[in-house]
Amino acid sequence: MFALSDTLKRRFAGLKSTADFWSLRHVQESRESYWVRRRVAQAPSFVDDAGAMLTVRIAGVEAYAATSDLSQAGLQAALERAEQMARALVGHNLLDLASLSYPTEQNDDVMPGYEQPLAGAAHWFELLMAESALIPQDARLVDSHVGLTFTCHEQIYLNSAGACLRRAQRYVFPQVGVTASDEHDSQSRSFGGTHLARQGGAEVLQQLGVIGSAERIADEALQLLLAPNTPNGSRDLLLMPDQMILQIHESIGHPLELDRILGDERNFAGTSFIRQEDFGQYPYGSPLLNVTFDPGVPGELASYRHDDDGTPAQREYLIRDGILQRPLGGALSQWRSGLPGVANSRACSWNRPPIDRMANLNLEPGDKTQAELIGGIERGILMSNNRSWSIDDARNKFQFGCEWGQLIENGELKGVVKNPNYRGISSRFWRNLRAVGDVSTFEVMGTPYCGKGEPNQVIRVGHASPACVFADIDVFGGAA
Amino acid sequence: MDAHQHFSALLEYLQAQVVGEEGFTLAYGAEVSSFIRFNQGQVRQVGDVQQVYVTLSLYQGQRHAESKLALSGVLDEDLPRLQQIVQRLRGVLPTLSDDPYLRVNREAWCSELAGEAVRLDSAAMAQQIVAAAAGLDLVGFLAVGPQYQGFASSWGAFGWYAASSFNFEFSLFHGNGQAVKSGYAGELWDAQAFARKLERARQQLEFLGRPAKLLQPGAYRAYLAPAALEELVSLCCWGFGAQALASGGSPLQRLFNGKAELSPLVTMDERIEGGLAPAFTSEGPRQPLRLIGQGRPGERLVSSRSAAEYGLIANGSGSGEYPMSLQMHGGELDEQHVLQQLGTGLYIGNLWYGNFSDLPAARLTGMTRFATFWVEDGQIQAPVNTMRFDDSLFDFLGPQLEALTREPELLLPSGTYGARQTGSMALPGALLSRFTLTL
Repeated sequence: MFALSDTLKRRFAGLKSTADFWSLRHVQESRESYWVRRRVAQAPSFVDDAGAMLTVRIAGVEAYAATSDLSQAGLQAALERAEQMARALVGHNLLDLASLSYPTEQNDDVMPGYEQPLAGAAHWFELLMAESALIPQDARLVDSHVGLTFTCHEQIYLNSAGACLRRAQRYVFPQVGVTASDEHDSQSRSFGGTHLARQGGAEVLQQLGVIGSAERIADEALQLLLAPNTPNGSRDLLLMPDQMILQIHESIGHPLELDRILGDERNFAGTSFIRQEDFGQYPYGSPLLNVTFDPGVPGELASYRHDDDGTPAQREYLIRDGILQRPLGGALSQWRSGLPGVANSRACSWNRPPIDRMANLNLEPGDKTQAELIGGIERGILMSNNRSWSIDDARNKFQFGCEWGQLIENGELKGVVKNPNYRGISSRFWRNLRAVGDVSTFEVMGTPYCGKGEPNQVIRVGHASPACVFADIDVFGGAA
Repeated sequence: MDAHQHFSALLEYLQAQVVGEEGFTLAYGAEVSSFIRFNQGQVRQVGDVQQVYVTLSLYQGQRHAESKLALSGVLDEDLPRLQQIVQRLRGVLPTLSDDPYLRVNREAWCSELAGEAVRLDSAAMAQQIVAAAAGLDLVGFLAVGPQYQGFASSWGAFGWYAASSFNFEFSLFHGNGQAVKSGYAGELWDAQAFARKLERARQQLEFLGRPAKLLQPGAYRAYLAPAALEELVSLCCWGFGAQALASGGSPLQRLFNGKAELSPLVTMDERIEGGLAPAFTSEGPRQPLRLIGQGRPGERLVSSRSAAEYGLIANGSGSGEYPMSLQMHGGELDEQHVLQQLGTGLYIGNLWYGNFSDLPAARLTGMTRFATFWVEDGQIQAPVNTMRFDDSLFDFLGPQLEALTREPELLLPSGTYGARQTGSMALPGALLSRFTLTL
């Protein structure tokens, strides 16, 4: 662990710079992926990525240079490229960062499961083939996959003020999916899609219940193929945690990212329907809505002690009793806006700069069991596991689709329906939150695929949520 | 670092490493990129990224494994790392089972395309952009620099692609939150050409100052500009893949199984000449393909793996089985007459965040964004507030497609996930007799 640490410290100390401030962020990531498709083991895939980003601040202008050449000469050359760029753009910069503070802490953050030895390829393929064999031989089951990815991530941050922050994490991403198809239609069912992901070691597979799930997944795919379309109309909507996390992500997470609100993302990822003056007063949802930024949940994908700019991370309420409290903005965005934020300045790797990302964004549990949630619905629908998402650039008008739907009549679950979709407007939708599930319905999930930024970055975010009920939502089925 | 030399040296080293029945393929991707973000007409974030990645696949009989590795570009450091990877893969292969669908291309072929190494000064470009944007709320992203892609095999395949380019994508925002999007890309930066682009966007910005038209959900006549059509076509692109079509994952499955048709106006090709992508994939030289001919299904994109799995013939498609340089044929509509032909309806400049609301039915949803106007009697009347659409490709490019503009527009990729993208698309604008808005 941190094998390059001493070397990097020595090389960093040997860098020559006339900048006002400079830093180095080294990222080393290794990934191994195993995949079985239609009962055939695919070629295993390994990734070994490493490089460093040098950042300088000169006359209030900040510039970075990233390189995979970690030699003394390579790092020095990158530092000089950053300096050259910063100097060339003095007077053309939007922000004068001369007074922005920088971290000075020294800390090691080694997440649980990181050091656990992992088995080799043969073991994982045996496991995946056994799981794949649970899928029945049925001509309608035209595709299936069972996969596992383990990612180890180490990061070392050093700066000219003496900070040294080291972090080591391991992520586990399991996947199970089956597609059923006939001449006219196809329906897919998965175990959490790409949302079943956690930090840790092999124990994560047991925690998530992946092993032994393939037969049920296949059966549900067939049920969907035979099911009627979701009816159109207004209904109460019970969203399970594997859809809630998408709802939270798109219509709370992204709108609260402070760099969007400050306009940085308007050319690509978009802006927000939330304005700076809304914090502290805006009624984001019903009084049942409580949302936290929580970097301390064991195993959640974005649990960490410092963000990539070195800001210490702690739990904060973003929305409390329905009222908007604070944005998702790191040290720079907080400095720009004067608003309190959180430690969420993050980069996807060594070759992309940190920007505001949502990290662990969780909806806090309420007091209803799942039976009580269903029992309280007269005419509704349960939807589970996201398969389609679309929302406008201000993160307001959305339309989401799920894999699995079940009608609810008079407080009881009824038949399965396919193509369950719903649409709404963020600023109204959360005010229709009518019931929140208790801890027995609460699940920790996340996604490795949150895209944002120019240059583009895909980053891992954690989400946890109970099941929730929303009143009077526009639901509809497919075209078929 | 001379990327071609670096790649050739890695290749030579690997050739000496393989033993017995071993074989390998080596994919190479490198770039030296300046990335500059703009907000409020000034530089918001600036940096430089130099990266080199190789993906080595090692084969022993019917067994194979692959490893992607970041390299430094310094050969003395990179060769030992490459050797470690060879050893690692060599250790894994005996633990694997045979792959029944492995049909690696063992032919020798050569394809080299290297543009002139033009030195582009990103800082000078940024200074010009800031000066030209004075008084404008310009938000944008400039990516500048050379890109390199290579592919080689132990069986004598060798492909090389090098290009130096810039891509500046920008939006001009009106004080009311409406925006117009434009871009300027190429190999040589011409300050006057950029000024003309900026001026055209500035002219559109004036329309955005009018009070916005509030539309109710419903079906409207509409014109989709090429950039808007790109969002819809991109969503369906991977549906041409043999695996997607065979496994129920393609939105075009009803087209290819004869259950649905598109308008006879629709013809799409995967082309080699005129596109910007390398002329090769990891499967060998790419082939020009007619994907849709006059609304009817054409060829599918078949990798060697799908060929083996589904009893087809491979046609040079990479493992992802998506077109890299798709061209949709133009029609008869003169671009200057678009508003007149539209009459009353929606002029849609861009769409975004598309996704499927019913994949087998090719039903798509997404949002309007940037320069979408309400038109009456051939005249732009007002910008339109953001609206959601939900409609099937088989409808809006089927019976509802009235006309296509004459000249397809070359749309350059601005994506930078992991690396700067090289694929491109050429699309006309599309006049639709109805397009369904839902929210």
